Amino acid sequence: MPRVVVDVMLKPEILDPQGQAVANALPRLGVSDVASVRIGRRIEIEFTGEPDLDRAREIADKLLANPVIEDFSVRVVETDETVGARP
Amino acid sequence: MTARVGVVTFPGSLDDGDAARAVRIAGAEPVRLWHGEADLRGVDAVVLPGGFSYGDYLRCGAIARFAPVMETLVDAARGGLPVLGICNGFQILCEAHLLPGALTRNQHLHFRNRDQVLRIEAAGTAWTNTFQPGQEVLIPVKNGEGCYVADAATLDQLEAEGRVVARYVRGNPNGSQRDIAAITNPAGNVVGIMPHPEHAVEALTGPSLDGLGFFTSVLKHLVGAPA
Repeated sequence: MPRVVVDVMLKPEILDPQGQAVANALPRLGVSDVASVRIGRRIEIEFTGEPDLDRAREIADKLLANPVIEDFSVRVVETDETVGARP
Repeated sequence: MTARVGVVTFPGSLDDGDAARAVRIAGAEPVRLWHGEADLRGVDAVVLPGGFSYGDYLRCGAIARFAPVMETLVDAARGGLPVLGICNGFQILCEAHLLPGALTRNQHLHFRNRDQVLRIEAAGTAWTNTFQPGQEVLIPVKNGEGCYVADAATLDQLEAEGRVVARYVRGNPNGSQRDIAAITNPAGNVVGIMPHPEHAVEALTGPSLDGLGFFTSVLKHLVGAPA
């Protein structure tokens, strides 16, 4: 069953202290070539019928993202591409 | 007649009891409201208390905004009903678009719990009319996601219209832009504040009695407000 994946990211101008904390920890792993890290959220939606991108956009705009501070994108993926859907 | 001030309980609210107590100490009758009921029970004002409504899932306040009580409350607030959102209540008011901007993770990522000095910048709102402009008050702050953000145009508009209600002084606890601790809507009936005035109403438990002023303000406002 195809699913709709919604990716929610903080807008570029909004400070992401979580991402900064992760970036600051990377040198402890011996990683020194990362300029920045930003953390977002991925949401997978499964409709009872066909995946509905317009409906997913509406859900994202009203609830999943806060347009004041976040941007979102929606796309349809096949089930075997989604996280946790392996047999 | 005693004013009736509603206090909404969401699943995960923590400070509804203290808010109701503050309302009573201020001289009004607290009326407990339930998130799942659209009925505001004829109250004269409403407090949205602090806590972690719906477990703060997704974003703080994001799910509470769609509670049945909020549908009624948003309309009533647009019609002039005084509403005070404290901490999680402030987050809910922003998510419901009754107030601009948003509250995000504290810049230093630490939960901050301390007594905080605020400067009252706008003493004309329904919830701050017993203060003097520029007055400093001491009120506990306790939040993990209290960093107020908005775009520069919104911040400039808030400042120009005198809608920054209170600012943090002597140390910004969460990185809020322009040290903003509280804001109001254009009409001045809806106020969101990150620190907790309901925790500063009694000498036994609070660092001051300064928080009481927010609750006595709304009573003064209601006496002066047209029926």
